[in-house]
Amino acid sequence: MKPAPFVHHAPTSVAEAVEVLRSVGHDAKVLAGGQSLIPILSMRLASPGHLVDINAVAGLDTVQVSEDGVRVGALVRHAQLARDEAAYAALPLLRQALVHVAHPAIRNRGTAVGSIAHADAAGELPAVLTLTAGVVEAVGPAGVRDIPAGEFFVGPLETALADDELAVAVRFGRFPAGTRTGFAELARRSGDYALAGVAVAITLQDKAVRSATASFVSVTDVPDVLDLTTAVGPDPAAPDLDAVADAVRAHVTPDGDIHATADYRRMLVAELTRRLVTEVLSR
Amino acid sequence: MTHPLATEQLHVVTVSVNGVRRTATVPARRLLSDFLRHDLALTGTHVGCEHGVCGACTVLVDGAPMRSCLMFAVQAQAHEVTTVEGLGTIEAMGPVQQAFTECHGLQCGFCTPGFVTTITAYLEESPDPSADEAREAISGNLCRCTGYQNIVKSVLRAAELRRDRLAAGWERSNCAVVNEGGAGEPS
Repeated sequence: MKPAPFVHHAPTSVAEAVEVLRSVGHDAKVLAGGQSLIPILSMRLASPGHLVDINAVAGLDTVQVSEDGVRVGALVRHAQLARDEAAYAALPLLRQALVHVAHPAIRNRGTAVGSIAHADAAGELPAVLTLTAGVVEAVGPAGVRDIPAGEFFVGPLETALADDELAVAVRFGRFPAGTRTGFAELARRSGDYALAGVAVAITLQDKAVRSATASFVSVTDVPDVLDLTTAVGPDPAAPDLDAVADAVRAHVTPDGDIHATADYRRMLVAELTRRLVTEVLSR
Repeated sequence: MTHPLATEQLHVVTVSVNGVRRTATVPARRLLSDFLRHDLALTGTHVGCEHGVCGACTVLVDGAPMRSCLMFAVQAQAHEVTTVEGLGTIEAMGPVQQAFTECHGLQCGFCTPGFVTTITAYLEESPDPSADEAREAISGNLCRCTGYQNIVKSVLRAAELRRDRLAAGWERSNCAVVNEGGAGEPS
């Protein structure tokens, strides 16, 4: 239960971090909060020769809210983002999801960007980034590039980031005016990995449902967006919850494990979505 | 071929622990939990699962509870670490320690250091929690003895003791040796 030996790099700028990744990136992991990475190292599921610790890199710890979205730097901790009032006002879904991320002690250290770069199917923030049509900002030797969420998540624990690229920030998108959001998940114990979870965004215009979308936790390999507009129907007072549940059941592809069978997860996520849609529309 | 351990690079790590600057020479992979216990002989911090689940190793880093098994010692440089040893002594217990004693908040005591650090920081932010809030506050710490009921009582009693001590004009540092220098925001 101890990590294998590695070389610790502590760059103080993005340029320096990218330079280290350029030379050793094929055998390196980036260390930000480390709340997923360090257990993986301790269990020897991975033993990279180099860790590029970005905690001393300046300028990565800010949350910026603009008309287009919420930009979150790579060193912003979950707790910091959850507390940020401007981010909450712009995108309530962030705080709605962040309170489900592990425990307070983990949220004090773990980072939002790290959770996205880790790309665990059980992570809350990949589902949020995807539902908001967000973007990952990656810096590599060739410069900066934006990777849309839809292209970023390649598979479980696998992303489009190259070995020599550093995710310096993510930009969560904002929903149009009149949008209500919600997040629900169920875990065996508070703070555990969710058996299933769902994020929902419903846009109302002239008292009618214009758009309803959802993304999921733990029941899809990579987060994607399910359009529920037709299933929900136009009347916010009378959503077709059976159609919603059917659409969710048909969309998800859960695996079974020691904690829950695939069938149970499918049933669970359909029920969570049904309740969440009801709750979001009744606010 | 040289064994990788023979060539492992060592770092001179200086960390401020409970207000005292402590130095040891360790490899980069030394977990903060092991650094505290093995290198600094501060065995109050306990190590349970070593992957962030059990909460026994929780310490305060700049006043905020964090898992010391999920940090490397080299990362704690330039930060203020508070362990259970920094939260009181047998003669002058902190309010959380006092409450655990009064309310039977522990049996074997293995998990207790993590609870004490977690609750101390929690009460700084939420001085008057309800029983439900207290339950939520300790949800990241596992205890296999008590069934948690007496730990929830301890949280509420600690809040009471803490308020009494503040009202009686105790030094803030006697109430909770955390957040010195106004920290609390992870950096």
